[in-house]
This record gives sequence, C-alpha cells and structure tokens, in this order.
Amino acid sequence: MFVELNNLLNTTPDRAEQGKLTLLCDAKTDGSFLVHHFLSFYLKANCKVCFVALIQSFSHYSIVGQKLGVSLTMARERGQLVFLEGLKSAVDVVFQAQKEPHPLQFLREANAGNLKPLFEFVREALKPVDSGEARWTYPVLLVDDLSVLLSLGMGAVAVLDFIHYCRATVCWELKASILYLMQGNMVVLVHDSGDAEDEENDILLNGLSHQSHLILRAEGLATGFCRDVHGQLRILWRRPSQPAVHRDQSFTYQYKIQDKSVSFFAKGMSPAVL
Amino acid sequence: MAAVATCGSVAASTGSAVATASKSNVTSFQRRGPRASVTNDSGPRLVSIAGTRPSVRNGQLLVSTGLPALDQLLGGGLAVGTVLLIEEDKYNIYSPLLFKYFLAEGIVNGHTLLVASAKEDPANILQELPAPLLDDKCKKEFDEDVYNHKTPESNIKMKIAWRYQLLPKMEIGPVSSSRFGHYYDASKRMPQELIEASNWHGFFLPEKISSTLKVEPCSLTPGYTKLLQFIQNIIYEEGFDGSNPQKKQRNILRIGIQNLGSPLWGDDICCAENGGNSHSLTKFLYVLRGLLRTSLSACIITMPTHLIQNKAIIARVTTLSDVVVGLESFIGSERETNPLYKDYHGLIHIRQIPRLNNLICDESDVKDLAFKLKRKLFTIEAEVQKGVSTATFLLDGPRKKLFPCLFQLLEVACIPWLMASSSVFKASNIGFESLCYQLSGFFSASLLHF
Repeated sequence: MFVELNNLLNTTPDRAEQGKLTLLCDAKTDGSFLVHHFLSFYLKANCKVCFVALIQSFSHYSIVGQKLGVSLTMARERGQLVFLEGLKSAVDVVFQAQKEPHPLQFLREANAGNLKPLFEFVREALKPVDSGEARWTYPVLLVDDLSVLLSLGMGAVAVLDFIHYCRATVCWELKASILYLMQGNMVVLVHDSGDAEDEENDILLNGLSHQSHLILRAEGLATGFCRDVHGQLRILWRRPSQPAVHRDQSFTYQYKIQDKSVSFFAKGMSPAVL
Repeated sequence: MAAVATCGSVAASTGSAVATASKSNVTSFQRRGPRASVTNDSGPRLVSIAGTRPSVRNGQLLVSTGLPALDQLLGGGLAVGTVLLIEEDKYNIYSPLLFKYFLAEGIVNGHTLLVASAKEDPANILQELPAPLLDDKCKKEFDEDVYNHKTPESNIKMKIAWRYQLLPKMEIGPVSSSRFGHYYDASKRMPQELIEASNWHGFFLPEKISSTLKVEPCSLTPGYTKLLQFIQNIIYEEGFDGSNPQKKQRNILRIGIQNLGSPLWGDDICCAENGGNSHSLTKFLYVLRGLLRTSLSACIITMPTHLIQNKAIIARVTTLSDVVVGLESFIGSERETNPLYKDYHGLIHIRQIPRLNNLICDESDVKDLAFKLKRKLFTIEAEVQKGVSTATFLLDGPRKKLFPCLFQLLEVACIPWLMASSSVFKASNIGFESLCYQLSGFFSASLLHF
C-alpha cells in the first residue's frame, strides 16, 4: 500500500470505512497501481479478500505484492485470500467440459445472459465461516477489471446486475442464526475508453459512478507523455447522506510511479519542475 | 491439467500452494534464484534456453522480436507469455516484414514455430523468410547501408553511436545461438537447410476448417475455435506447459497469426459495425493470452485495425493485448511529400507496453519514431534530430516539437499560459503561424482546466 495515498484518502488499515464501494477508473493511462494499493491495504487490514483477477496472472500480483510488503501466497495458504485467476480458468472452461458450473461459464455460451455463476463463487468465497472466533475483520471483494467482462460478451446491464448482487451480499448481509451485520467493501476497476465510443463501457462507468462512495480516477496528462509526472489522480468522495455542502469533495493530485511506491504531489509541484 | 489448481483456488485455499508452485514452474513470470516457499521442486531456476535472456528490470524471460531496434524500444525484448499485436499499415506492406522477422528469429534460435494464416499457406510464408546476416563478409554491405557516426579508427571496435542501432559483434562462422537478436537481410531468402532443420507447425484455415478435429463447443467463430484448439494441442503435446508427463520441453514456442480479424477468418468486424460476432475476436484474444501465460510461448499477431468499423473493439483489443505496435506507412498519404519525412517510409507507434511483475515499465522517452526499409534492413529511428537542449528538462525534445513540450511544461507546472513570463516563450525559428495555431489549441484546452 502506498503511504502517501493513505494520507490523501485519510485512511489507515486499522480504521478504514466499511460498507463502501470504491470505483477505480483509468483514462489514457494504466490505473493498475491503484489495484495493487488496495489489495495490499486490505490484506494488511486483516480482511478476508476475494480477488477476481481477470486481466493478469497470480504471479504478477504476487511479485508486486512482495514489493509492497504483503505475501499473496501466504495469504492464500491461510485462507485470507481467495483468488480467481481469470486467464487460467478461461483455458479450463473453454477446453474442457465442466461438471459443475464454473465462475466463467459464460465463455462457453454464445448468448450468456448473466453472471450468476460468478456471483455464486464470490458469495461462497466471502461467506463467514462458523468457526466461532472472528479471524478476519470484514470481507472485501476486489475486481480487476470489469471492462474485460464486456469484451467477453456480457452486456453492461448484466455486469451492473452482478455488481448490485455483490454489493447486497458483501456490503450488507445478515447471517441466518445470529444477527450479524457484516459490512464489507468492494473495489472495482473500470477503464474509461474516452473517445473510443464504447457505449457499453460508458453505461457501465456511469452506472457505477452513481453507486460508488469513492471514485479514484487516474488520467494521463492532456499534453501527452511525461517522464516525471506519470499522470493525474482525481479523488471524489460521494456522501449522499451528508448535507449538500459536504456531499461531494473532489481533489486532484499528480503522481509519479516508482519502483516500490507512488509519490503524489499537488498540481504543478512535481519535484522535477520546482 | 490446470483444473486441480483452479479448484484449489475456488474451494479451499490450503494445499493449493504446492500444487500451484509446481504448476507454475514452467512460466517465466518468476524471480530467478531460490525461493524459500518452494518445497519439493528442483527450484524455479530458469534453465537457460537458447535465444532468451532475463530482463534487467524484473527477471522476466525475454525473447527477441527479430528487430534489435524494436527490442530496445520494448525494454529489452518481448516477454515470454505475452502477445505482441502489430496494427497493420494500410496496404499491408510492412507488417508482414515484422511478422517474418519474428519467425526468422525463431528459426535461427532453434525455437519451435506455429504459423497460422487464413490467406497464405504457412509453408510458403516460411520460404519467404529473410536470411540472417551471419558472417564477416556481410559486414561491409551492412556498413554501407547503415549510417552511423563511426570514427575512422574504430573500424574494429563497434560503437553504439545511435541509440536504436545496436550493432552486434559480428562473428565469423555460423551464428551462435547465445546471441540475442540478429540482423536479417530482407533481400535474400533463409537457407533451405535451416528451414528444414527447424520444427514448425502450420495452420492454414481453408485446410483445417473442414477437418474433423474434435472441438469443444464454444461461442467463437469456427475458425478461431479451431485455431485455439490447434494451439492448445501443440502446447500440450510438445510439453510447453509442463503438464505432459512424457515430454520435458525446454524450448520456446513462437506463434505467429497473420491478419487476425480479417474476413478470411470468418469474422465480420471488418465488414459491419455491429455484427453478430462482435465478441469473438476479444474472446479469442483472452483465451489465447490465458494459454500463453501458462506456457513457454510468445505470440505475434498482425491485425488490420484500420479496417475495423467499430472503434470500441480496437480499444478492447488493445487492452487485451500486452504489447501493441502500430505501423503507419506514408504511401498514399500527404506525408509522402512532406520534406520532414523524406528519408522514411512510415511511422511506428508504440501504443502500449505491459507492466509485468512491476508497477512501472520501460517506456522509451522518444515517442516520435519512424521506420525505413533500406535495401536490406528495416531500421527504426527517432523522427527528427535532437535540437539544442534548453534549461528545463521537458524542452529537451526535438526542436521542431518545441511547442507541445512547452505546453506540457505549463500543464505540469500548473501555470496558466497567460501568466507565463515571456522568457518561457523564447523561441528562435518557429514560424508565427504555427505559434498562433498551437496557442489557440492550448487556450481552448486550458479553459477546461482553469
């Protein structure tokens, strides 16, 4: 996790807000550093994390996680992390007939209607275990990234339904025997296609923007590539329950990604320019 | 096959660690050196495979694309397990060259090839591969083609004078496979004995489409489904993913797919804007990438993206590929007569470089790259000569591109252009018209920011 980003978001692993949906968005640049940040953040906060990684392999996240101070293999061994590796699972689904429904079952069907198997997988992964003691603080669902589901044939509405179901399960769930409110968090990444006229992606992005509590938007600089400033990060808090004055706060910072951390600075205050 | 590992991730996460560790033994996405968590393996030490080298940044195993200049721009080479997508130029003249360089590099290094095409028989494609420049007598011809700043006394010692022209040490005799990246002579053909000594598989769509190869039902177009099945068979049978107990393979599989997405593959994204198969290509790319990530292979795909009607598909295809290089040739465009481009045949755009096992990637600082096909060689150079460098780092770019760099300085420093001191705008030989044009463009952009 990036300490500077924690300061900007005013959170630490110990006292993070619960029951929130965070939307990560990138336009004209690669926003995957935010995914790495949240993954290591929630693992350090001792949460149970379900990571649906559709775009890269496990070893990629594992190696970057080691740089950020978490070990994904250890987390997976002790049950803290449930990892769905999309690329490997896709190969299994397409080349072999599966007996039970597979989370990526829609790859075999020409007109798959919904993402129900994937939702079942998430629910199963984040179900609280009846072990008596609470090992993990709260559940977290992390998806990287949702735009890939659109490329794989799902409609924007199906993906929005999936997020809605996940939110209902992860962010608020009542256990049958004990009234136990388990407020979890969700973090999803969506690409902003910009001027590529991807209507489905725009529907998905707008729909999620309205639902989320925190939006982190990584944009490339409008003037192009720069060696010392990799892009601009816009942070937008949406608090619908607050009075209008405090409702939507927005900050903009520029950032530079280094080998093990990301440094943030106010616009125009890059160390290279000063 | 890989079902054990994925079931492990779904149901219980204990006990799957060992399975995945041994399963992932063959991928290149690992650190070199001993790892404490691996118990019963011989250790994921990468046996050195001919024609590969580890990346200096993240230990990733790299193969050469066949063009040392392109390897340099991609940060050392193409990572094993990734897809290189070439966006074809308009008349498909230069992209087959890059395709053939990739395959020729495979033959010279002894890698296994898999060539797939819907247009040409793979055997014919292999006959047309360029010959490698091997020994000393070619060096003189090489010198007269390549312009470099060599001083007279350095005739023996090769100097890397221009950043993108890596001159390899020329060895007398047959090429040694320990070298990374070879030069090829586009005017000569690869010797027949080298082609016959190599191990290659061809997939020619008109032949395979009617075959009775057993195929799982899938929602892709039949051509793509058969190709995926073919690739998966080769990977499994020749042991590139380590799952076949009979075959221990320590070689790289180079896959080349030509003109993917064209109507010859049965796909209609180049013909209609919202065809029925609009997800077929993206699904194919996704599953292909899944196959590559779990095996020792690298893939080059050429795609006629200028023909794709729906721009959203191009954006999706770019996201689903790892390295994306676009070729733009000057033939038929007004740039052909532009004196700025008179030495070159086209522009080459590095659109995307992956960040593998890392937060950052090796992007080259120069974004204006042009290529030219000389009599024998395909070279890539920065577009214009570097101008006089000024005090600030951002204005260090080429002189003719002064104004975009200037406006970037203003954006990064957050100075509205109206308030910038006049010394910032000091420029000697830029025309007044271009100044007004650039200023008006930036002014409208800055209205949105401030």
